[in-house]
Amino acid sequence: MNRSALTMERLFWWGPGILFALILLVAPLLFTDFYLSQVITKALWLGIAAASLIFLAAYVGMVSLGQVALYGIAGFTMANLVEADGGSPIAWNPWLATGVGILAAVGAGLFIGAIASRSYGIYFLMITLAVGVLTFYFFAQVTQLSGFGGVNNVTRPGIVSNPVTDPQNLFYIALGVSAVVFLFVRYLARTPFGLALQGVRDDPSRMRALGYNVPLLRMLAFGLGALIASFAGIISVWWNTRISPGSIDLSRTIDVLVIAVIGGLYRLEGAWVGAFVFAALDNWTRGLDIVGQRFNTVIGAIFLAIVLLSPGGLMGIWQTIVDFFGRQLSGGPPARPTGAAGEAQHATDSPQPS
Amino acid sequence: MSEAASAAAPDWRSRLVAVPAGTLALRAAVTVVVAFVAVWVAYKAYGDPRTFVIVGLNGLTLAGLYFVVASGFTLIFGLMRVVNMAHGSLYMLAGFFALELQTTLTGGEATSAFGSSQAGLGDWIIPLVVACLAVGLIGLVMQQLFLRWNQGQELRQALITIAIGIIIADQTLAHFGGIAESLAAPDAFPESVHLPFSDLTYPFFRIFVLLVAVAVGLALWAMIQRTRFGMIVRAGVDDRQMVSALGINIQLVFASAFFLGAMLAGLGGVLGGTMISVDKANDTQYLLISLIVVIIGGMGSLAGAALGALALGLVDSFGDVYLPAGYTNYSILLIFGLLVLVLAVRPLGLFGRPA
Repeated sequence: MNRSALTMERLFWWGPGILFALILLVAPLLFTDFYLSQVITKALWLGIAAASLIFLAAYVGMVSLGQVALYGIAGFTMANLVEADGGSPIAWNPWLATGVGILAAVGAGLFIGAIASRSYGIYFLMITLAVGVLTFYFFAQVTQLSGFGGVNNVTRPGIVSNPVTDPQNLFYIALGVSAVVFLFVRYLARTPFGLALQGVRDDPSRMRALGYNVPLLRMLAFGLGALIASFAGIISVWWNTRISPGSIDLSRTIDVLVIAVIGGLYRLEGAWVGAFVFAALDNWTRGLDIVGQRFNTVIGAIFLAIVLLSPGGLMGIWQTIVDFFGRQLSGGPPARPTGAAGEAQHATDSPQPS
Repeated sequence: MSEAASAAAPDWRSRLVAVPAGTLALRAAVTVVVAFVAVWVAYKAYGDPRTFVIVGLNGLTLAGLYFVVASGFTLIFGLMRVVNMAHGSLYMLAGFFALELQTTLTGGEATSAFGSSQAGLGDWIIPLVVACLAVGLIGLVMQQLFLRWNQGQELRQALITIAIGIIIADQTLAHFGGIAESLAAPDAFPESVHLPFSDLTYPFFRIFVLLVAVAVGLALWAMIQRTRFGMIVRAGVDDRQMVSALGINIQLVFASAFFLGAMLAGLGGVLGGTMISVDKANDTQYLLISLIVVIIGGMGSLAGAALGALALGLVDSFGDVYLPAGYTNYSILLIFGLLVLVLAVRPLGLFGRPA
């Protein structure tokens, strides 16, 4: 690959990203309060949830459907510990409750990770899905924790003002957390721990032969995924000012999966791209008569089309475009022969240890 | 934990290999938990044997229903390595479809919400057969249109079935409303039967479901072990390419297996719709049940599905009744515990083999 093609490729990835970030920084000036709250802030926390899934899928080769359950554990723990209508009568300081909620989710993540980390590929997906749905049923049944009809009017820390009438603060919090999560995962991927995780993704048997404790690495990665998911859980409760078992049911799990797949399961920035597409679609289809209450059919059809046509999602399509221009510019062979589609293919058939 | 030993050597020879202390501690912990549960159930059973018999039968019949549903799921996975995430949606579709047919056939008189009214034998059998065939066909179309050309890409196929599952569930609710109702059992069946050696009575239809489950299990076993089709299926599980190289049309076998697997979801939907009810939450519920049964039993194993269904049915039914008063709504934790217990000792399930 020659130098100009490389610069070109960087420009194509970083250019739109920086533009996107700049627009977001001044978004409160550009959009109405309604749009800022209902589409952009929502997309940001959905993006964090999807990022926890993509982090595990892209860097560790673990496609987890338990992320919504983990963010539900963080959200429910926090909502129960502060003053709210429904749930337990405890009324702690909101920041303390937030910390405990995050810890609870990480603890649950490490525990679930310990059980599930010895299973690979499609087995892992099934186990995490089963655990996720069980968590939903748990909160649906245990009304001491979920109230009858959810925990409402959850007390927020003072800095999080009313998300409907004054959405700016929560927007900047969601934006800041998104940025931290994104940069942290990018940084982590370059540390020895992150490299070990990617080794586990590519060949668990060889990593074990090299002396790494593969189940432990996978368990820690899952705990880290739970930490990222818990941020989404906390912000979603602040944004909704409530949480109910319906906030973590199977269709929410599928929503987060759809976001990750639309964006691209193997590139971290795909999480937020997918989330913006999803939130905008959600907002737009609400007004359409033909779609009416059948949002799920629309989402299912889009999901199906993406999986069939571009397994790398929108990021995969972008990769194809970048590769195409890179080829045109250098006039040589493809700039990156194993593009997103190749990566996707590889991670799909994650090897079983034998 | 000697993961290599337990994953790679599922047979008894693995016992000859020395096990590390961590594994021994784990096994001891599992034994203690199982023993505690057994003692608790025995204690409760001694105190009230009548409840024990009824709750036990509830568990067994529930296990029968779970087995019928999960056997289709495990059949499809065992042969094609496709995790059919639309299985719960197919179950729900069959239930609502059969209910609609029955209402049409009887002019809307026989069915009633959770009532004990009964329909003619034909008014139950015809919806059963039509719903099973329809759902089987949908499964077949799904496999031919979307899954066939993605063979070997497990994750992609799972995502495809999730997408189709969303659409089927949403359209089912759009067309059939989604109000919880139960199908009327045929009036040729007695409503309840007397249990021998006691003065207890028990709903006949639940016993019937258990009998159907046993029949389905035996038929599947005979088909897989004794027929030419089963021989090809078993060979296909072991080495798909070799089977097609021998001149056997493996695609035809795949299509039939998918049809059969989807049909079993349909059979479960109609049986469950009569025994319990047809409900708009059925898709999530029975997807979860199929997942848990095959995770416990081991993917692709018929015996594993039977054992997994039995464990889940009994835990489900005893958990609701035998937990200390005030804690019965925590019964879902028992199912979680069952899952943890099995996976801690056998990551691939009780009868699971590495791929």
